Amino acid sequence: MNTTGIFPISAVVFVLAALPFGPLSNTMLNFLSFAMIITLAAQGWNILAGLGGQFSFGHAAFFGTGAYAMAVLQMRFGINPWLAFPIAMIAAGAVGFAIGFLSFRARLRGSYFALVTLAFAEVFRILANTWNFTGGAAGVLVPLKSDPTQMQFGDKRWFFWLALACVTGALFVTHALVRSRLGAHLVAVRENEDAARALGVDALAVKLQAITLSASITGAAGCLYVQKFLYLDANLAYGTWISVEALLAPIVGGLGTVLGPLVGTLVLLGLGETSKTVFAKITGGAVPGIDLVVLGVLLIGCVAIAPRGIMGLVRRRAKA
Amino acid sequence: MSAALLQVRAVTKRFGGLVAVDDASLDVAAGSITGLIGPNGAGKTTLFAVIAGFEAPSAGRVALLGDDITDTPAHVRAQAGIARTFQIVQPFAGLSVLENIRVGAYLRHRHRAAATASAVAVARAVGLDQMLEKPASTLTVAGRKRLELARALATEPKLLLLDEVLAGLNPSEIRDMIPVIRKVRDDGVSILIVEHVMQAVMQLCDVVYVLAQGRMIAHGAPGVVARDTAVIEAYLGHGAAARMQSQQSIAASVPHA
Ligand SMILES: Nc1ncnc2c1ncn2[C@@H]1O[C@H](COP(=O)(O)OP(=O)(O)OP(=O)(O)O)[C@@H](O)[C@H]1O
Ligand SMILES: [Mg+2]
Repeated sequence: MNTTGIFPISAVVFVLAALPFGPLSNTMLNFLSFAMIITLAAQGWNILAGLGGQFSFGHAAFFGTGAYAMAVLQMRFGINPWLAFPIAMIAAGAVGFAIGFLSFRARLRGSYFALVTLAFAEVFRILANTWNFTGGAAGVLVPLKSDPTQMQFGDKRWFFWLALACVTGALFVTHALVRSRLGAHLVAVRENEDAARALGVDALAVKLQAITLSASITGAAGCLYVQKFLYLDANLAYGTWISVEALLAPIVGGLGTVLGPLVGTLVLLGLGETSKTVFAKITGGAVPGIDLVVLGVLLIGCVAIAPRGIMGLVRRRAKA
Repeated sequence: MSAALLQVRAVTKRFGGLVAVDDASLDVAAGSITGLIGPNGAGKTTLFAVIAGFEAPSAGRVALLGDDITDTPAHVRAQAGIARTFQIVQPFAGLSVLENIRVGAYLRHRHRAAATASAVAVARAVGLDQMLEKPASTLTVAGRKRLELARALATEPKLLLLDEVLAGLNPSEIRDMIPVIRKVRDDGVSILIVEHVMQAVMQLCDVVYVLAQGRMIAHGAPGVVARDTAVIEAYLGHGAAARMQSQQSIAASVPHA
């Protein structure tokens, strides 16, 4: 398996970081910031599923836990968001560890594991929706402060850079992981768990480390989501939408590749937005759900033409 | 004689009503190549799985260097020095040859550079050094068997369990592999080998155990075992030994099962 070097990663990050210096509309900046949040969630998923082969359908459980922890720590405990952020990541990681412990120890794999993660996310959604502590069905509002010490920025570019910094961190973590012993073990477990065990790999420990890391990265995406929209309810935090976004992007971008989640998110969200505008122009009114149709077609095309995602196509090109 | 490297004592393994291994015992002496032969379905692979920790025995004990490892998980046994190959090869198909071997090398080498160097050295020893960057899925049968061997060797084992690494190879490939296996032993790795290719068993093994229908029916020097009446009958059916004796010596040619 090829690994993406430091250079292409740095180049992509520099280009993205430079974008706000150009003439960027507010809509565009919002779009990019949102894309960074989704990318981060997808990067978390990619570690567990892309590298480790454990396909989760419930990364909302981690996204939502990160998000709720971020919101609740600020609102109920008055904790500064900069401090709440790492605590929320740890909380999401702990939920990941717990779900991993229960399902991997029971030797759940494949679709069974996917279903169990989905079920956990749904249980969390229902709990958050009914529990007063999390604001119940009304959700949690974080008051607008526009103060960098509160992780809120008058200049929206700063939020984008913050989110990009998180994505960059995850890029380098993934890059280091792919080249590490743990990364080799993780990929070995994905490829053939029995063979890995025969070579001394503690499959359970490896999967637990992967899901914990994966969950805390996706949890960080939840934290950013709260700081961007300053509002949270159970369907936003634990809804299926984020589980789907988190897995579509790496599949389209390139499973298990370092840049796959980022590339996939930009393509998917970009196409979604473009198709909405284009179809609105053609038909003279919004066509609800048209972006989903386009995404569906893209996903089918991806599976048929580029099973290794866009990064796979890029590599084949580069080699030819 | 000092205690054997591996001791298998009265191991039984049942799958539901089927007794795959029935009260089988064997020793692998340190520094030896010990053979395990027997007709198809005799329980050889099952016994390997019990030794390597992939199947828990229904009864009996397994000890490595005198330490009871019967309840030790497979990956811990690998750390303790037991490496196995799979009869049905289990490559990491999506990875290159080097990456495959390096997974094994990571057991004793934490850092990537050291693990890579060790993996390359092992690849050279088994003759895979020309295809390090090739995807494992593109290897021929012979290549895959070598890869199984290389990965196991990369864990730097004390005891190597080889399950039919010569099966599916043509005669010239078999001739190439025999010195490779002997060299492994000469480098200090004890070997327990399951093999149907009798020519290899005769050339390589110091001691041979014979398993038939789960029971250990004979053991001893290869030449002696091959002439054993019970062994011949296990392979060829009741009365075969008498018929064969009237024909010729069969020292080197117990037919393939
Ligand atoms: N997991 C299992 N569940 C049920 N039965 C099994 C299982 N594994 C092996 N067996 C049965 O146990 C018996 C011994 O099988 P085993 O594979 O150990 O034989 P073998 O000596 O390795 O044969 P071969 O020479 O064909 O490789 C066979 O009857 C087989 O069908
Ligand atoms: Mg067998």
